[in-house]
Amino acid sequence: MSMVLIVGARSDIAKAVARKYAGEGYDLYLAARQAESLQELAADIEIRSQRKVAFGELDILDFESHQKFYESLPEKPIGVISAVGYLGSQEEAQTSFDEAQKITNTNYLGITSLFDTIANDFESRGSGFMVGISSVAGDRGRKSNYCYGAAKAAFSVYLSGLRNRLNDTNVQVLTVKPGFVATSMTEGMDLPAKLTAQPEQVADDIFHAQQKGKNVIYSKWIWRWIMLIIKHIPEWRFKGMSL
Amino acid sequence: MNLSGWGNYPQIDSESIGLDKKQALLDWIDDKDEVIAFGNGRSYGDSALSQHVVLCRPHNYFLGFDEVSGLLHVQAGVLLSEILEVFVKRGWFLEVTPGTRLITVGGAIASDVHGKNHHQAGCFSNSVKSFQLMLPDGKIVNCSQSENHELFNATCGGMGLTGIILDAEISLTKINSAFIDQQTIKTANLRETFEAFEKYQDVTYSVAWMDCLARGDNLGRGLLMVGEFCDDGNLYYQVKRKPGVPFSFPGFALNSWSIRAFNALYYGRASASRQKVDIESFFYPLDAIADWNRIYGRKGFVQYQFVLPRASSFEGLREILKVISDEGKGSFLAVLKLCGAENENLLSFPLEGYSLALDFKIEPGVFDLINLLDQRVLHHGGRIYLAKDARVSQAVFEKGYASVDQFRDIRQHYKMNHKFNSLQSRRVGI
Ligand SMILES: Cc1cc2nc3c(=O)[nH]c(=O)nc-3n(C[C@H](O)[C@H](O)[C@H](O)COP(=O)(O)OP(=O)(O)OC[C@H]3O[C@@H](n4cnc5c(N)ncnc54)[C@H](O)[C@@H]3O)c2cc1C
Ligand SMILES: NC(=O)c1ccc[n+]([C@@H]2O[C@H](COP(=O)([O-])OP(=O)(O)OC[C@H]3O[C@@H](n4cnc5c(N)ncnc54)[C@H](OP(=O)(O)O)[C@@H]3O)[C@@H](O)[C@H]2O)c1
Repeated sequence: MSMVLIVGARSDIAKAVARKYAGEGYDLYLAARQAESLQELAADIEIRSQRKVAFGELDILDFESHQKFYESLPEKPIGVISAVGYLGSQEEAQTSFDEAQKITNTNYLGITSLFDTIANDFESRGSGFMVGISSVAGDRGRKSNYCYGAAKAAFSVYLSGLRNRLNDTNVQVLTVKPGFVATSMTEGMDLPAKLTAQPEQVADDIFHAQQKGKNVIYSKWIWRWIMLIIKHIPEWRFKGMSL
Repeated sequence: MNLSGWGNYPQIDSESIGLDKKQALLDWIDDKDEVIAFGNGRSYGDSALSQHVVLCRPHNYFLGFDEVSGLLHVQAGVLLSEILEVFVKRGWFLEVTPGTRLITVGGAIASDVHGKNHHQAGCFSNSVKSFQLMLPDGKIVNCSQSENHELFNATCGGMGLTGIILDAEISLTKINSAFIDQQTIKTANLRETFEAFEKYQDVTYSVAWMDCLARGDNLGRGLLMVGEFCDDGNLYYQVKRKPGVPFSFPGFALNSWSIRAFNALYYGRASASRQKVDIESFFYPLDAIADWNRIYGRKGFVQYQFVLPRASSFEGLREILKVISDEGKGSFLAVLKLCGAENENLLSFPLEGYSLALDFKIEPGVFDLINLLDQRVLHHGGRIYLAKDARVSQAVFEKGYASVDQFRDIRQHYKMNHKFNSLQSRRVGI
C-alpha cells in the first residue's frame, strides 16, 4: 500500500534505512546492482518487520534503463531514498578521466537521471518524498577527495533546485549530508570515534527528518557546525591547509 | 584498530575483518594463528581480544522464524536487543538473557551466559537448538545436542576457542506482557539476604544488589529484586534513546568514599516495595546509561565474578565481603545471584550456589586484593567467570573447572589451538 523505493540498497547505510522504514510499517522495493544478492536482506527485513520486501536490478550508470526501471515497478512508491555513491580514488581521478567520469556519473548524473523520472511522476501525482544522500565532502573541496566532493556538491545543488521547483506541490525533497559513517566505504580508515556515526544512527536521523518534512540535515548533527566553520575559513588560508 | 573489552582493560592493537566477508575472510584467516571472534565487546576483559579478530556484528541477518514454536534462526552477529525490538511486541521473549541486551547471539553462546532465572531456566545454551560452527580449516559443521554433541558442549561456554559460530537457532518463550511485577526485599545482613533468596526460589527472576562496603553488623546487606512477567496483554515496548557518559571520568572521581556514599544512599533510599516495571528497568538497568564504563576513567576497571557451591557459599561470601570492606575497594555494583545446577558444557560458569560480581577500578594494589579473593574462592570450591575476567592465573582458573583437560583435548584434536587464541586463552593455558 505504501511502498518506499530504496536505491543503492546494498550499501550499509541503505540497509539500515531499509530496516528502519520497514520497522515503521512501510513496504519496500530494494534496487541495486547484483540484485540477487539482496535475497537475504529482503528475507531479514520481512522477518523483522512482517512487511513486504521486493527487489530488483538497477545500475545507476545505465542512464537509458532508468525510465524503464521505474515504469516496471509493481506499484508506484510513495517515496524514494538514494544511497548510491562511489568514493573512488582521487589520485586516479587526477590521471584517468575514466575514474573521474565514474565518480561524477555515479554520485551525480546517474542519480539525477533516475530522480528526474521520479520527480516528474511525484509532481504529477502531487505527493511523495525524495531523499538524496549527499555528503559533507560536497560542502568544500579538499585535495584528498575533490572529485567526489564536486560530484556531491553538484548533487546537493541539484536537490536544492528540485526542492525549489517542487515547493508548490506536495513533494518533499530532503538532502542528507553524512559526515563520517562506519561503512564499507570507509573500512580500514582511521576515523575519529566521536565524529563517526553508525549506519543505524544515520538511518534514524533520515527517518525522523523525512517524517518531519525537513530540507537539509547533517548526520551526526555536529557536522553542521563543523562544516559551518570549515566553509568560513578564508580561501587564502584554506588553500594551505591539510584537512 | 585499538580494541578492548567493556572494562577498557587491557587494550590491544588488532587487525580485523568482518564476518560478512565470506571468501575474503577464509583467505584472511588461512595463514593466521592468533584469531578470535569479537562480538559486541561486552565481555569485560580479554576474552575477545587477540592480534587478529573477526568482527561478528556485520553478520546480522534474521534467517527465519517459526510463529508456532517460537524458534528463531539468526546469524551470530545479531544483538539480543534487535531480537527484543522485533519480538517483544509480538509476544515473545528470550528464554535466557544476561544483564545487558547489547550482546551478540554468538557472544551469548560462547560465554553460555546466564540471567536472573538461572535457577529455573539454566544457561543460554538451554535455548539453543543448534548452531553452525566454522572450524580452523574453514569447514562448517552443524552442532546440536544430537549432532556433533561434543563440539556443542565445548562451544557453549568455550569463549570462541572452538571456532566461529556463524548462525544459530534459538527458542523464544511466550510472554503476555512487556511488564514485570517486581518485588523488592530489603535485607539487613548476609544471613537475611540468603534467607530471602531461599524464600523466593520459586519466583522466576531474582537477583540481589549488595552493598559491598557495609561493615560489621551490616555486612552483606542488600536489596533482593524478584519478579514475574505480568499477564495484562500489554506488549508495548519501546527503547528510549538515553543520555550517555560523554567522556572518561578523571581517575580520582571514584574512590572508596564516593562509592561508600553512593551505596549507603542507594540502600538507604530503597524500601521494600512492589511495583510494575518495564523490561528495560527490570532486566537491563545499566543499558540505560550508554558507555557507563567511562565512569571508571581511562585506565579502566576489571570485573570479578565467582560462584561458590551452595554448601560453602555463606561462609565464603562472609569472608570475601569482609576482605573487600576492610580494604575499602568496592564497587558501585555488586550483584549476587543464586544459581541453579551446573550443565554439561565443559567450561560453562554457573554451578549450584551463590555467584557474586564486583567491579574494581584499576588502581595500585587492586590486583593483589583480587589475588587474595582468588584464594578464598578456591578454598571454598568456587570458580571464576571468564567472560568477566582480565587477570586470572592459569592455576586459579584450572582448579575451578574440572573438565578443562577435556576441553584442551578437543582443541588439540581439531587443531583449534593453532588458530583460535585470545589473550585470555594464552594466559589461562587453554
Ligand atoms: C552490563 C553488563 C551486564 C552483564 N550481565 C551478564 C549477566 O547477567 N550474565 C552473564 O552471563 N554475562 C553478563 N555479562 C557478560 C556478557 O553477557 C558476556 O561477556 C557476553 O559474552 C558478551 O557478548 P558479546 O557479543 O559482547 O561478545 P564479546 O564480548 O565480543 O566476546 C565474548 C566471547 O564470545 C566469543 N564470541 C563472540 N562472538 C562469537 C562467535 N560468533 N563465535 C564464536 N565465539 C564468539 C568471543 O571470542 C569471546 O570469547 C554482562 C556484561 C555487561 C557489560
Ligand atoms: N561512509 C561515509 O563515511 C559516508 C560519508 C558521507 C556520505 N556517504 C554517502 O552515503 C551513501 C551510502 O554509502 P555507504 O557509506 O553506505 O557506502 P557503500 O556501502 O559503499 O554504499 C555505496 C553504494 O552505492 C552503490 N553503487 C555504486 N555504484 C553504483 C551503480 N553504478 N549502480 C548502483 N549502485 C551503485 C554501491 O553498490 P554495490 O554494493 O553494488 O557496490 C553501494 O551499495 C553514499 O552516497 C555515500 O557517498 C558516506
